[in-house]
Amino acid sequence: MSEVKTVENMVTITIDGKTYHAKEGEYILNAARANDVFIPAICYLTRCSPTLACRLCLVEADGKQVYACNAKVKEGMEITVDTPNILAERRAIMEVYDVNHPLQCGVCDKSGECELQNYTLELAVDSQTYAIPDTKREVKDWSSVLHYDAGLCIVCERCTTVCKDMIGDAAISTTKRGGEPLDKAYKETMPKDAYAMWNKLQKSIIAPSNGTDFTDCSDCGECTAVCPVGALTGRDFVYTSNAWELERVPATCAHCSSGCQIYYEKKHTSVSDRSEKIYRVTNEWNYVSLCGAGRYGYDFENRVEGKDEAAFNAAVEALKKAETIRFNSVITNEEALMLQTLKEKLGVKLVNLDARAFQKFLASYSKAAGQSLYSYDFKEVMATDFVISIGAALRNDNPNARYAFNNVQKMNKGAGLYFHPVGDNLVPTFGKNIEVFTHKVGLEEAALYLVLDLFADKEKLPEDVKSYLESFKTTTTKTAKEKVMKDVTETVIDEETGEEKEVTKKVPEMVEKEVTVEKNGLVELLGKESDAFDVAFEKMMKKKESFSMIVGEDLYFHERAENIAKLIALIEQTTPIRVAMIPPKTNSLGVALICDLDDEATGYTVGYNENGDFKLSALGDGDLDMPAMNQQEGTLTNMHKRVTPTNAALEYKGYELNDLMKALVGAPELTVDWTKSLPVEKGFESVAFDDLPNGYLNDGTENRGYALNSIACDADTVAVEPIDEQCVLEGEIVYRCNPQRQFNDFSDKAHEIFESFGLYASPAKAEHLGARVEIDFGNRSIVVDVIEDDRMEGDITALADFKSAEDVYGLFGNARYRKVTMRKV
Amino acid sequence: MGLEQFKNRNVGQQNYVMLDLEHTPETGMGKFRQVVRRTFKAELFVGLWVTMREMINALFKGQMHTVKYPFEKLPISPRYRAIHEMLRLLESGHYRCIGCGLCEKICISNCITMDTRYDENQRKEVSEYTINFGRCIFCGYCAEVCPELAIVHGPRYETASEQRASFSLFEDMLTPIDKLNLQQEYDGFGAVTPNADENIKKTPLAY
Repeated sequence: MSEVKTVENMVTITIDGKTYHAKEGEYILNAARANDVFIPAICYLTRCSPTLACRLCLVEADGKQVYACNAKVKEGMEITVDTPNILAERRAIMEVYDVNHPLQCGVCDKSGECELQNYTLELAVDSQTYAIPDTKREVKDWSSVLHYDAGLCIVCERCTTVCKDMIGDAAISTTKRGGEPLDKAYKETMPKDAYAMWNKLQKSIIAPSNGTDFTDCSDCGECTAVCPVGALTGRDFVYTSNAWELERVPATCAHCSSGCQIYYEKKHTSVSDRSEKIYRVTNEWNYVSLCGAGRYGYDFENRVEGKDEAAFNAAVEALKKAETIRFNSVITNEEALMLQTLKEKLGVKLVNLDARAFQKFLASYSKAAGQSLYSYDFKEVMATDFVISIGAALRNDNPNARYAFNNVQKMNKGAGLYFHPVGDNLVPTFGKNIEVFTHKVGLEEAALYLVLDLFADKEKLPEDVKSYLESFKTTTTKTAKEKVMKDVTETVIDEETGEEKEVTKKVPEMVEKEVTVEKNGLVELLGKESDAFDVAFEKMMKKKESFSMIVGEDLYFHERAENIAKLIALIEQTTPIRVAMIPPKTNSLGVALICDLDDEATGYTVGYNENGDFKLSALGDGDLDMPAMNQQEGTLTNMHKRVTPTNAALEYKGYELNDLMKALVGAPELTVDWTKSLPVEKGFESVAFDDLPNGYLNDGTENRGYALNSIACDADTVAVEPIDEQCVLEGEIVYRCNPQRQFNDFSDKAHEIFESFGLYASPAKAEHLGARVEIDFGNRSIVVDVIEDDRMEGDITALADFKSAEDVYGLFGNARYRKVTMRKV
Repeated sequence: MGLEQFKNRNVGQQNYVMLDLEHTPETGMGKFRQVVRRTFKAELFVGLWVTMREMINALFKGQMHTVKYPFEKLPISPRYRAIHEMLRLLESGHYRCIGCGLCEKICISNCITMDTRYDENQRKEVSEYTINFGRCIFCGYCAEVCPELAIVHGPRYETASEQRASFSLFEDMLTPIDKLNLQQEYDGFGAVTPNADENIKKTPLAY
């Protein structure tokens, strides 16, 4: 084990006579895996709860048979992986799994990467002793991307577990198979665990949990990733390629700021077309979970025939006379550094709306907090047991933030507070201890004050804040009815003997009582009943040790962003809560750190994947083509405060930004030669691109790139201002928010992402609005389709911003919520 | 068996046949006489008679031994590895290939390529299959690895052609559907061994 881990919480265990160190409270299986000891297991997923479906991980710990996925390590524990009895159980289990499993390995999409196949060989199953009539199991397409072949399914329940514990959709579950009951004779002759496992297996199969044939989920495809056999596959991939033919290119997903590690898997397009094509995206599903955009939004490459010299010369001229370069955050750190160099050498303005808001917010935060970066990454959030989310549309903004929020509820017996103006009916389903505040737009400050009130060490709070918080409290006396148990003595005649007896009974009685109730005005302001919340909150706080807070894009685009940033710093100073921020777009954090951004675009503008007088575009619609993210190497700074490398999966024949740099100001030969020049004073390291690793270690350690250094700076005394209720918006409000699986033009270009551009609304609101509306923003109006989103609630509608051509950022200006007038078209 | 057989180490000598050769003449006259005798003996006609007899047999009795290649060909061993053939299922006439891709994987000269897709009957369909015979070295691995005995080596050993493409398409290698009854089971590399049944463990069935 690495030496970084603290020694106090480590225990010493013995596996098969060898001594190992493991984290206290860890499952035996995880401890073994972290120490490179092999214990067979099919159904267990590292970051999810044990399912106990396969029972293969049976081991002997201190003389007792336990399931390694479900038993925790203890100091001095002696573990034996194989005993004759356990080996007999395992072999019987594998034989059972092989009963009636179709012998179609030749065509199966797992093509040899099959865990059923591996364990069958590992446990040397060379003959079959058991038999049962098979049940007809249909092949089904669960959604636009999910393909389920029930015939191949071994019901290990990994898909349902990941969907519930990690993704939070809980869109699939086990259902009745209708299989034949087991032959009673097996009960005596078979090993015990194998029989129990078979009994359960024979009764269940996987199906969408809403009772229909189709899943109601975010189409992330994580279930297809975890499936150990070929039962669950992406619809587009079915029977198109064997796994061994695909070349895996380790990369970083470029759709949102999660920056998940992915593999692009590519091979030639067809017999006649030898140019390479990405067939699918896979991930290290034990350590990272992807969203639908990451998994299915891979074919956004910009295919260019060759170098267009005329366009290149035009671009050089355009950049020479440009006053502004407008770009977005779907670029690498290296490209951001190039643009910054252009600013320094040529004096152009750099305009990037999403990164600019985040940059300002981060600056205000670090001035108040005394550190250049926020405290937690989302892995640390996942390890806490109380999580608060403010200002992020959790379902849409960032899948990994949502997974963390959900995982805390499921795995750490956690609790959560969710503050957001747009109603969402998925978040409350993540756990029992979640309180959702659907507050008015603009009241984010009140939410932060409430957090201060609930969690802050009152000693540490500045006087003015303390008294400000007190000012919300009112005490009222209330008559409450209370149930009291009263003893009542009755005389009863015993029917048999005729004797009289005195019996004392407890009878409930309602008593009216005067109670003093403290009302918290903040809770009421945020739209909740104060009393009810107090009761709920008390329950939520039971046995909680670590606290985290996720803050999102709403706050960066808030009118009072500066005050909010200070409040967050104050929360970190006075409460045990640590904050993780969601950068608005892919590399907003990197851009915010590397570039000096300007607020307004003026004069002749060159757009990089954005509108402009001259357009450099990786989408193939500009004046000069640029490589898309899957065609270039470079690094991205993700929300986990990590600089991660990404590699080129597909060939690109045209010019790239570095070529323009060479012509304009001089540049090193390759784009990745810039990697070691990333600004060290901002927290980057001077490391060459080729030295950056991109993978995970067996114990889950993220061995990708390097972590940004948080630079300490002098902290100002935090002077926060009270809530400004002037910011509250009421009336017809539109929110700038993308549908799930859509983040930018690139996800939109991918053929397996179907969510379209439009105005997303709750079912009731959508019905009210009709099929198409004109939204008048005051300065400009836009006509869009209304799309129903059955996860949304309330009257606020969400306008997607992933199409840069529609200039939705321009419509919203420096806000994420806008009051508008709508007209049916 | 007596021991004397082993004691006789002059093995083989007893099987020699001594030819009754005349002595080589030593004088000039002797040599001359030998030449004359050999030249005018009728031995020449003995040899010519053999030729004559075979000619008569071939021309008039239909016992011709010459194979009139290329109009005639000799039968070839089933283990000979020539141009591939794609076999069909005898019952349904459907091609045997399931598109598993093992031949493509094992091919050491990288000459096999295939495209597969999910068809309307929820099966894997081989939509495109080619062998580049310009590169194929006829090693036979593809036939050996094929789990369905779908790709086999046929007896067609003439690999000269005006175009490489003449051989390389799936349809060209596939048994013509009207000649399905003539399709021969393959005995070469990868074929089922005669004692295969002995090596199989039976799986119990619950029907």
